[in-house]
Amino acid sequence: MATEAAEAHGEEGGLVFHPMDQFIVKPLFGDGEVHWYTITNATLWMFLAVVAMTILMVLMTSRRATIPSKGQSIAEMAYGFVYKMVEDVAGKDAVGFFPYVMTLFMFIVFANFLGLIPMSFTTTSHFAVTVVLALAVFLTVTIYGFMKNGAKFLGLFWVSSAPLPLRPILAVIELISYFVRPVSHSIRLAGNVMAGHAVIKVFAGFAAIAVISPVSVVAITAMYGLEVLVAFIQAYVFTILTCVYLKDALHPGH
Amino acid sequence: MEGDLAHIGAGLAAIGSGAAAIGVGNVAGNFLSGALRNPSAAAGQTATLFIGIAFAEALGIFAFLVALLLMFAV
Repeated sequence: MATEAAEAHGEEGGLVFHPMDQFIVKPLFGDGEVHWYTITNATLWMFLAVVAMTILMVLMTSRRATIPSKGQSIAEMAYGFVYKMVEDVAGKDAVGFFPYVMTLFMFIVFANFLGLIPMSFTTTSHFAVTVVLALAVFLTVTIYGFMKNGAKFLGLFWVSSAPLPLRPILAVIELISYFVRPVSHSIRLAGNVMAGHAVIKVFAGFAAIAVISPVSVVAITAMYGLEVLVAFIQAYVFTILTCVYLKDALHPGH
Repeated sequence: MEGDLAHIGAGLAAIGSGAAAIGVGNVAGNFLSGALRNPSAAAGQTATLFIGIAFAEALGIFAFLVALLLMFAV
């Protein structure tokens, strides 16, 4: 469908490529069909994110210098940043979940930033990736909540501070909002990243028209700056919401 | 111009982005006005600010998703 759209645009002299073409998952070697075991560009860039993460967090800190190098400083800052977030938002007894939250944060940050390299592939712009991340958080929170609190975990849906006749209605609303969590959690990240990248491509398409190409180049630069910000903020938001949900699992009830 | 009702629907769904912009602006503006009244308490509330922005923005992203579904899935 994308190629049809590209042809249709090409005839009008507007966009010669489709802005969503950058998100197509292609096999890395050859042009075969994509099976579940096929190594695609998505696989490559996810692997690169993990490699970059390992380099920063393992190799850079392996010397444990008293006067840290640049890499070690960045790694320590990231560690302290996420640790403080878990402690402040989810509570002191949630630090057992710190390795998980840290992994989530570093993976999303690196996947977002690697996706900003021109001609690269943004793995976090795919719902398939973010839905898995969000479902993992949802299942962790639900299972751990029931394991730790038993039936008391259902107190999350029973707003004890509300008047009694109102509570069943609120329980239904709370239940719906609880199950919408993984949906909004995943779509927020993928939607933000995908929308930003698509906007950059739309402006890039206008750069072919001579009259407005300076405007378009400036707009691309400005959007790129915004995207750098968004890449970090969305990783931060994803992590902090994970902490908020973990707090619910540890201390249910209102 | 070619296109069908789904494309009109996608364009209408984009109005939701504007609504989300109002929501995010409300959150950030109120945070700023509160923060300027009591700057010492502001630093501790940035996490709350981002959570508020995230919730307001999520619904705008839903509208964007509807637009995408209408464009590519219908």
